[in-house]
Amino acid sequence: MMRSLAIFCAAAAIFAASAAGQGAVQVEPTMLKGPRPLAKQTESAVVRDYLEAWQTLSAALNQNQADLLNQDFVGTAKEKFAATVDEQAKLGLHTHYQERSHDIKIIFYSPDGLSIQVVDNIEYDVQLLEHEKVLATQPVRARYIAVLTPTEVRWKVRVLQSESQ
Amino acid sequence: MSRACVSLLALMIGAAVLPALGQSGTLNLPKSVEAGAAFSIPTSGSGRATLYIAGPAQILKREVQLGQPIAFAAGDLTNAGHYLAVLSSQSSTATREFDVVPAPQPATLSFLARPSRLPVGLQNGVTGAVYVFDSFQNLITNPTPVSFQLSVAAAPTQARIVTTIQGAAWTEMNSSPKEGNAKFVAQAGDVSAARVIQQVPGDPCGLKMSARKAGDKIQLETDPLRDCSGNAVTDGTVVTFTESWNGGQTTVDVPLKHGVAQAEVPAHNGARITVATGVVMGNEIRWEGQS
Repeated sequence: MMRSLAIFCAAAAIFAASAAGQGAVQVEPTMLKGPRPLAKQTESAVVRDYLEAWQTLSAALNQNQADLLNQDFVGTAKEKFAATVDEQAKLGLHTHYQERSHDIKIIFYSPDGLSIQVVDNIEYDVQLLEHEKVLATQPVRARYIAVLTPTEVRWKVRVLQSESQ
Repeated sequence: MSRACVSLLALMIGAAVLPALGQSGTLNLPKSVEAGAAFSIPTSGSGRATLYIAGPAQILKREVQLGQPIAFAAGDLTNAGHYLAVLSSQSSTATREFDVVPAPQPATLSFLARPSRLPVGLQNGVTGAVYVFDSFQNLITNPTPVSFQLSVAAAPTQARIVTTIQGAAWTEMNSSPKEGNAKFVAQAGDVSAARVIQQVPGDPCGLKMSARKAGDKIQLETDPLRDCSGNAVTDGTVVTFTESWNGGQTTVDVPLKHGVAQAEVPAHNGARITVATGVVMGNEIRWEGQS
């Protein structure tokens, strides 16, 4: 019990130290509802890639560059975020997401190992700008559900959707 | 300036500005709206303003008349998520947050079934995982019952109902005792997805051969090979006959054809002949020149 707690705290500290761009990052102990065990390495890779995906999304929406999404997103998530980027560009808008904290928990690893589900209680500031004029800045606290799938070298986000709280 | 100072300053400015906003334009947003549904936002005040609806998955901009409700038609806002609504007029800006929630009716299933081929009679050998989406490809996170069915001709259907947690449901099922293509179906509401799982015979059960003289050779033949559930073992499965005698050995690998394996080996009196396939050993014959 104490050993598990120590490992978890160490992991959380590592993520907090290495993920300065995402603000404070906490990783909750994994409570899987599937039959497939989750290796520590897989867990670390998923958390790392998920956090990077947030940075990529933030950059894409801030710079209105949809191709940035290719690195970390696939499928529906990529299509939806790319459409937002295109629409922002058409409207002369852009949005800046500044993450303040993540509280991440892996909740499901599918039996075939082809998808993993993450819940993230996230806090961020969102700023809406029109031609560099700040229209609004809002601190947000939201709960996001993400589904990631493995690709050749990394886990990519297939679904990223906030849940009504 | 530190981020804390910036945040504090933003809060102070916000506190000073917000009371004035009510004079010229306010937003009375519902806490949540259903994806793809029509809705309207009442406004107060007068004059022209611009409404922005911004989220990572969708962004909208509308020129509006304050004091009139802002109508959104069905299909305008389709992507579930957390949104910022900003009503900006010449004199003020009002900001609110709201959620777009998935439509409750499942429209598509992402169904992952594994493996595509497996031996019969395998406990929890078949797994299926489902993610449930609405018609706008939003993950339906409210608990939704999903029915899983695994059926193959001439064997009872296995069925299970699993309720999704955060949009996902999974199950494990046994492969049936009968070989053949099994239909694995997942269904949520009116939508279903099917996969075919090929169930193949397992390892042979009770490998038995006989031998008879054919000139100066011994003709070897197995009985029809069946697995422990009585399914004929697939043609092409390799059977190995081994003949050993004083200082010599002959090995013949042959594929099953029409359920049996046949081979010819040189006839040596006193030879010991064995048969095996995979990890299954068959009977042993000692050849004493019988006919």
